[in-house]
Amino acid sequence: MAAPPFLASRPEGPGFGVYVHVPFCARRCDYCAFATWDDRLQLVPDYCAAVRAEIARAVGEEMPLATSVFFGGGTPSLLPPDQLVAILDAIPRGEGSEVTVECNPEHAEPSRLGAWRRAGVTRVSLGVQSLSTSVLDSLGRRHDPGSVRWAARALGDAGLGGSYSVDLIFGAVGERPADWQATVAGVLALDPPPAHVSAYGLIAEPGTPLGSDPARHPDADDQADKYLAVDAALASAGYSWYEISNWSRPGATCRHNQLYWAQGEYRGFGCAAHSHRLAGGGGARRWWNVRTPERYIRLVGRGDDPAGGEELLGPDVRAVEALELGLRTSEGVAVAEVPSAGQLGLLLDLGLVSLSRGEGAGERVRLTLRGRLLATEVTLRLLG
Amino acid sequence: MTPDLDPPLDRIRNLAVVAHVDHGKSTLSDRILELTGAVDAREMREQYLDSMDIERERGITIKAQNVRVTWKGHTVHLIDTPGHVDFGYEVSRSLAACEGVVLLVDAAQGIEAQTLANAYQALEHDLEIVAALNKIDLPAADPDRYAAEIEKVLGVPAGEILRISAKTGQGVAELLDAVCERIPPPRGDPSAPLQGLVFDSYYDQYRGVVSSVRVVNGRLGAGARLRFVQAGRTHDVEEIGVRLPAATLVDALGPGEVGYLIAGIKDVAEARSGETVTEASRPAEPLAGYQDPKPMVFCGLYPVDGDELSDLREALEKLRLNDASVTYQPETSGALGFGFRCGFLGLLHMEIVRERLEREFGLSLIATAPSVEYRAHLTDGSVVEVHNPSEMPPPQKLESIEEPYLQATILSPTEYTGTLMELCQSRRGEMRRIEYLGPERLELVYRIPLAEVVMDFFDALKSRTKGYASLDYEPADWEAADLVKIDVLLNGVPVDAFSAIVHKSQAQDYGRRMTEKLRELIPRQLFDVPIQAAVGGRMIARETVKAKRKDVLAKCYGGDITRKRKLLEKQKEGKKRMKSIGRVEVPQEAFIQALRLEE
Ligand SMILES: Nc1nc2c(ncn2[C@@H]2O[C@H](COP(=O)(O)OP(=O)(O)OP(=O)(O)O)[C@@H](O)[C@H]2O)c(=O)[nH]1
Ligand code: SF4
Ligand SMILES: [Mg+2]
Repeated sequence: MAAPPFLASRPEGPGFGVYVHVPFCARRCDYCAFATWDDRLQLVPDYCAAVRAEIARAVGEEMPLATSVFFGGGTPSLLPPDQLVAILDAIPRGEGSEVTVECNPEHAEPSRLGAWRRAGVTRVSLGVQSLSTSVLDSLGRRHDPGSVRWAARALGDAGLGGSYSVDLIFGAVGERPADWQATVAGVLALDPPPAHVSAYGLIAEPGTPLGSDPARHPDADDQADKYLAVDAALASAGYSWYEISNWSRPGATCRHNQLYWAQGEYRGFGCAAHSHRLAGGGGARRWWNVRTPERYIRLVGRGDDPAGGEELLGPDVRAVEALELGLRTSEGVAVAEVPSAGQLGLLLDLGLVSLSRGEGAGERVRLTLRGRLLATEVTLRLLG
Repeated sequence: MTPDLDPPLDRIRNLAVVAHVDHGKSTLSDRILELTGAVDAREMREQYLDSMDIERERGITIKAQNVRVTWKGHTVHLIDTPGHVDFGYEVSRSLAACEGVVLLVDAAQGIEAQTLANAYQALEHDLEIVAALNKIDLPAADPDRYAAEIEKVLGVPAGEILRISAKTGQGVAELLDAVCERIPPPRGDPSAPLQGLVFDSYYDQYRGVVSSVRVVNGRLGAGARLRFVQAGRTHDVEEIGVRLPAATLVDALGPGEVGYLIAGIKDVAEARSGETVTEASRPAEPLAGYQDPKPMVFCGLYPVDGDELSDLREALEKLRLNDASVTYQPETSGALGFGFRCGFLGLLHMEIVRERLEREFGLSLIATAPSVEYRAHLTDGSVVEVHNPSEMPPPQKLESIEEPYLQATILSPTEYTGTLMELCQSRRGEMRRIEYLGPERLELVYRIPLAEVVMDFFDALKSRTKGYASLDYEPADWEAADLVKIDVLLNGVPVDAFSAIVHKSQAQDYGRRMTEKLRELIPRQLFDVPIQAAVGGRMIARETVKAKRKDVLAKCYGGDITRKRKLLEKQKEGKKRMKSIGRVEVPQEAFIQALRLEE
């Protein structure tokens, strides 16, 4: 499978990603369905040791050099800096590799950032979500919007100001359009401003406190309005969208995430982490580790494989994922690779997709601004 | 108490237990089975004779059942009948095999609509009525008051009315004594040529058709060659027996006796209720039969999964073997595909048939809204029957259209007179009679269009009277009316499944309700979808399903793409179950919900 042009154009080729999952948070947010826990910080040392052991084993099995590393969670910034650095040191990386760490604003202390930087961290993704206290409250998050300004400055001082990213969530019940606009404006006014912004529509995930409270479920039309608002604000501030929920200044895209969308290869370490390796014949294998840190620590400690499940992806399934993932990006997908073009005419009529020539690769289908909001529907129709 | 398998004529008593719904017929039958030793305590269960699953679950009798018991030297044939108006024909068939009835009246409710209907039928058949007030164990029972009511309304002297509790058994022995004493024995000539009346038939998978017969004259003997007069067929007797209630073989049934007959018949249509059996070698005059009940309510039944069409056909064929009152013929709908237009005796019957098809045959069905039969008189002088809105001739070809009317009898406490008259008025009813059955009870007789009753009349009646009013009806006549066909259009495309024929005065209301309901049920699409109701091209209601602007922007986190794809696959499956109407995708569930009767 040929890599999309935006990756092919990178000097280092498709690349190889490493994801490290940190399943700890200080307090669980109301909407969160991730594999993370706020009641077992005592596991941190054993957990970090297990992650290093899992990495060492993979390295022994000749894991390729990483072109990108991503510490996600959970709250990776909750780890003592030396623990995080020890894990990072264990991962063999190529020249100029991208290393991202997700960070809570109040964890952006100069000493921590300095330690990360020295160890090779190149990007920090700040979990801001909102700059409105009432919205943060209604999401069940607890941080002071003021800490975000402080964090931005610290990132700038640490030399991470030109690459850092901000994560936002829109559509909480009670978030007025003005709250959202103020959040976006506030983020753009940070000093230094972020190089990258991710903005996600809030999802009422089943099994979360938010999910089981229908009165707090987000409204689709409100979210559509807010999406249009953030896209407009970011576009006029010089950020361009490159994936439905991601915008960046030139050259500041997240290579690690792009690897996911391009069906690239990656290896995940830690509980609930997913890995993906290509196999022969146009297929691939995806597998994931057991979900809880306890089981993960136990399995790795015993020398067992911590994998909890796997999926073999045949060419058909890969084609579905290629469409689903590719459509989300600004590159779109080649018309020739659309499984069922029967409804393309309708989607064009409705202004949800556009056709244009890609670089030498024939015509491509891309989502329009309205189409981005209806990506699932467009994907379903192009799947036939 | 071994039953007498060849009872003398003067020792036979044939009776049917009749009453309004739930007044305790089946429970009384239980007590009689117990008291006469027909069923021993170990095998006893409530409403023993209600043997179908659906009867047991709903606690109602659908099919009449007969059983032979012995009481103080008498052979008593007892038929437990259904009380619900839809199954009224079961009662009238049963009466043809009896000399008397036990008319039960709930001592806490008094006379209700079917009590009257049943009593009148018994009088028409010249049957002896043994009236009994049941449920006297209830604290709310007021037997004195209702005995007086029965005397006034039905002319049964209050002193002759028994007082029983079918639940505790109190008074049931006395009731049996009264039955033996007051109901006359049958008359008949054992040496005359055989005349037997078939009053019920059902299909048994192993035995073929099993018929219930009442011998009027002559003897029905094992080994006889029988002539089924109406069907014009000859069959050899395979088995004759009586139900005690266990099927028990006998050599012959004499005059006045009731039993069952198996004669190698494969199709119930050849042994219909009302059929006369005679001996092929010595034929006799046919008995006065009775008319098959006519379906009154129609709906389309469609398999949710189009591949199940032939299963549905097979299921209908099988079901009809036991329930000849269901009719069906193939029908096509642009929206629902291939299915059948089916006819039923009433709404309950419709509901029960549908449930049986789904349960006993594992089908999953969409039913269109119930409708009635119309007669369209065309400009060229011809007349066509319209069972389905899509069969409605275009207005320019239509001279007039007639709809069926019912004679409806409502019994109610007098305090609800006003609201009931208002209800009937609003449903285009014409009052025929109003009569006070006592200081507190009222009988209202209306002539009212069947279509109105099919809509939601019964529910409205019950809710306006806190459940105290009861309704009975019978077909009356036909009358031309101002009826229109309403079309419902989705994005400009008419959807036949939602069409309806309604009175002009209700078109607006129907159109508004249907479009509102559909607006709720149809998921938002990629574009605005107008939902319109129209009569002959003129819009009478309009709603819009606003275009969908956003679907879930699932974040793909930490490379967990599998979960995302699974979600997508699930949504894709969901799309497969949608029907495309024009460009609009309509989930099956929307059809099912929209066509469901008003709560
Ligand atoms: N308390 C009390 N309840 C009774 C008595 N007789 C019947 N019931 C109850 O009344 C309800 C209806 O009884 P059924 O015997 O099924 O009535 P039915 O007349 O056969 O009803 P359909 O066949 O549906 O017309 C049941 O819940 C019985 O338990 C009685 O004498 N006393
Ligand atoms: S901080 Fe992030 S990972 Fe932790 S609970 Fe909140 S949303 Fe979930
Ligand atoms: Mg009953």
